[in-house]
Amino acid sequence: MDDLLQEFLTETNESLDRVDAELVRFEQDPNNSQILGNIFRLVHTIKGTCGFLGLPRLETLAHAAENLMGKFRDGMPVTSEAVTLILITIDRIKTILDAIEVAESEPAGDDGDLIEQLTAMTEAEGAVRERLENVAVSPPLAPHPEQAAPPLAVRDRDVVDKGPPDASTAERSEDERERVSSHSIRVNVETLDHLMTTVSELVLTRNQLLEIVRRHEDSDFKVPLQRLSNVTAELQEGVMKTRMQPIGNAWQKLPRIVRDLSAELGKQIELEMTGADTELDRQVLELVKDPLTHLVRNCADHGIESAAERIAAGKSQKGTIRLSACHEGGHIIIEIADDGRGLDVARIRAKAIEQGLLSEAEMESKSEAEICNLIFTAGFSTASRITSISGRGVGMDVVRANMEQIGGTVELKSAHGSGTAFTIKIPLTLAIVSALIVEAAGERFAIPQLSVLELVRAGSGGEHRIERIKETPVLRLRNKLLPLINLREILQLGGNEIDNGFVVVTQVGNQIFGIVVDGVLHTEEIVIKPMSSKLRHIGAFSGTTILGDGTVIMIVDPNGVAQALGRAAQVARADEARSDDGSGANDEAMTSLLVFRAGSQQPKAVLLSLVSRLEEIDCRRIEMSDGRHLVQYRDQLMPLLRIDTHTALKQDGAQPILVFSDHGRSMGLVVDEIVDIVEQRLDIEVTSEQPGILGYAVIKGSATEIVDIGHFLPQAFSDWFRWRDKRTMPRARRVLLVDDSAFFRDLLAPLIKAAGYQVVAVASAAQALAAVKSGPPVDIVVTDIEMPDMDGFALAAALRDIPATAAVPVIGLSAMISAEAVERGRDVGFHDFVAKFDRTGLIAAIKEQSGDLHQAA
Amino acid sequence: MTMQSETDFTEFVTFTIAGQIFGLPIGRVQDVFKPMRMTRVPLAGADIAGVLNLRGRIVTAIDMRNRLDAKKREVGEPSMAIGIENKGESFGLMVDGVGEVLKLADTEREPNPVNLDRKLAALSAGVYRLEGQLLVVLDIDRVLDLRGEAVAA
Repeated sequence: MDDLLQEFLTETNESLDRVDAELVRFEQDPNNSQILGNIFRLVHTIKGTCGFLGLPRLETLAHAAENLMGKFRDGMPVTSEAVTLILITIDRIKTILDAIEVAESEPAGDDGDLIEQLTAMTEAEGAVRERLENVAVSPPLAPHPEQAAPPLAVRDRDVVDKGPPDASTAERSEDERERVSSHSIRVNVETLDHLMTTVSELVLTRNQLLEIVRRHEDSDFKVPLQRLSNVTAELQEGVMKTRMQPIGNAWQKLPRIVRDLSAELGKQIELEMTGADTELDRQVLELVKDPLTHLVRNCADHGIESAAERIAAGKSQKGTIRLSACHEGGHIIIEIADDGRGLDVARIRAKAIEQGLLSEAEMESKSEAEICNLIFTAGFSTASRITSISGRGVGMDVVRANMEQIGGTVELKSAHGSGTAFTIKIPLTLAIVSALIVEAAGERFAIPQLSVLELVRAGSGGEHRIERIKETPVLRLRNKLLPLINLREILQLGGNEIDNGFVVVTQVGNQIFGIVVDGVLHTEEIVIKPMSSKLRHIGAFSGTTILGDGTVIMIVDPNGVAQALGRAAQVARADEARSDDGSGANDEAMTSLLVFRAGSQQPKAVLLSLVSRLEEIDCRRIEMSDGRHLVQYRDQLMPLLRIDTHTALKQDGAQPILVFSDHGRSMGLVVDEIVDIVEQRLDIEVTSEQPGILGYAVIKGSATEIVDIGHFLPQAFSDWFRWRDKRTMPRARRVLLVDDSAFFRDLLAPLIKAAGYQVVAVASAAQALAAVKSGPPVDIVVTDIEMPDMDGFALAAALRDIPATAAVPVIGLSAMISAEAVERGRDVGFHDFVAKFDRTGLIAAIKEQSGDLHQAA
Repeated sequence: MTMQSETDFTEFVTFTIAGQIFGLPIGRVQDVFKPMRMTRVPLAGADIAGVLNLRGRIVTAIDMRNRLDAKKREVGEPSMAIGIENKGESFGLMVDGVGEVLKLADTEREPNPVNLDRKLAALSAGVYRLEGQLLVVLDIDRVLDLRGEAVAA
């Protein structure tokens, strides 16, 4: 394309964006002659250039718009219709410009319609004045648009073109911004990038020189080198700055958008912008532009109420959208807030259920904030009607995804009736990031700190120890099993893996895992350089960088590591794993299972969350007593149980065992080997009659026995239970266990039984009600909350209504316990709430409830 | 006007890899440097010797011995690098030594002899018969068309 034309297009597009913003300002403040002057000049320039470049269509259009604006300058009242017409004209000019950019020539077409309207409006004022272009200094407008009398004094000195109106002292300060823009030049981005590279090289050379001088104590170079050093640092900072742009550049279009929206929606909306001069890297700026626009549209469309609604709610009739930006650490914080109605939690809830995102039962355990966050889910929209503003296919999920892509976050706060606020936190620049320089197998690598949560020192002597589940190393960190992956292993660096090292706890999306490295050297601000095309296929790296000492090192990509880690990475969520309640194949229905072999070649599995520890015990420490195997473990005698008689204890070496703990007591299950940890939906396909085996499930392609730990607990603790039962249990009380998941029924029933109760297990609330009506009296009801058809809340309420069971304590079982669920549970008569995996807590709750009953009786 | 005077000449930077002389048109060569502080790139193909910093640019070094299936370089064996630019990226061809610049007539360039080593032929853009030696003109595009790239991707 012709350079001149290219230049014209770039410049004009920028000017038009400014005209957009200025016009909106002008409409609100029609007396500001300064703004009008700016607009007039911009349009005039476009017209002039078009004529020069031979673009007659654009020229005619710009001319017509200019004429109308000339009228404003002469004092014609500024009406909303007139501004709209000019805005439409500007849109048309933009369309033509786009076409020119593609075709390199003006597209065919006729703008007669617009020109006619513009001319009509120009002439409507009546008095047609000549010499419009000669009027350079804008006459002040009448204080009210209705009083349209043009001030004569100004028209008297109209002959000389005075050029830019900064000649007038009154206008000087207002005009400062304009002057700044005329002092700036356009620089190719490549030039800037090249400059950046050169400066990096300068920094490296300086570092080398400093190193040399350090070795020669009394060098003459010392002082000048110090100067060079400072200048270099300044230069580096300066060059970095050239890449920074004020965020206001991304906001320029917003006033126009909000104005158009107000008109379209019939709402009164004001856009307040603060911190527009907050700077960030141009690359990041480009990426936040669209998400920001979307959020502002959303506020206008969904957030702000109509004037009538607002008055009814006792608010001012004009709604406000506040856009602000500021720096915080290495981040920029952008807040988009409205003072509208806030998110409609009930509607989001209903919509999410309707769209099948979550079941009604799952909803119960969600807090209000969690429900609000559902709007970020893909495909979610609460707008009951698709307006032209929202519902354009760009959803909030895209906003979040875009932000996360650049290492940012979006947070949402909403208060019913008083507004919604989105807080966006993004790194200032993508080119320079803070990174952890780590060492593995004698080589250095950088890990971006954005995804690093914490550093844990792991060693045999320290607080944290790397445990090994067969091939998978794990770290127990604050009661969570963190899957680990060694950097040596991912990168195939070889060498012996050592268990003494550092664990870089990393988060990618909602996966948390640890990267094991040999050492952590320091943190450094690194300049990310793109990877060579010959290396780009290596997923473990996201780029390269040059360290201060001049060496090139690879930047580890946490996303790539997460992929390498694969399914094991989800182990971290084992503690949050939900039961298999058939609510669709979402991740939360996954269960972590520990697969092992014992007795036979057929793999066996237990719920990982039931296992407290994996140990290898020296065979020599295993003692026999009273026909039972025991081992001294943590100052206690721990019984060792075998799954069946085929399982033999090893004669020498280390015996692997799974440790299960309950009430401070532990039992060890003897196994031959630990095979794997898998994360999958648990479907017990065939149930088993064999004691100790719940059934069979297909895990990783092979039929696996699911072991019933509940079967083994009483074997280990029989004496203990008997002793306790004698004291507390005059007679066996009946517990009604209600859970739609067979797995949990089968897991919990033996457990409750083991604690000395009779258990009646049923699969639904309906069956439970049938059981209390027809069966023998029940002392305690333990019910799952999330069940199809009739949930735990409904069951509790129904039991309240039956005289026979009105006083029976009901204990709720839930995968997730929120304060709201507990409160709601109390209202309908729940006596206690226990997390599904908290076996100790469940037994304690049953004891407590039956104890209360006992005393009362 | 004779045929001779019409002939165009090309200047070649010559270098040796495992005893064989190669040449690259001088226009394709950015610089010749001694590779220092090379960083190995884990998981990269064997053709990638590593990455290094050359005056602020990151250069991807290609192990030409490996590329030609020649014997691996011994530790401490001297090496040089031929710096080239390709599609905006910098590469360094790791060679054993750099020789003189030769000005050779285009007409003297011959197609690959049929008995040329298959590996050499794959990267050759023709040969020159020098005194008692064969100079292979490297086809840089083919050198940079790494097999590992497609395999590992």
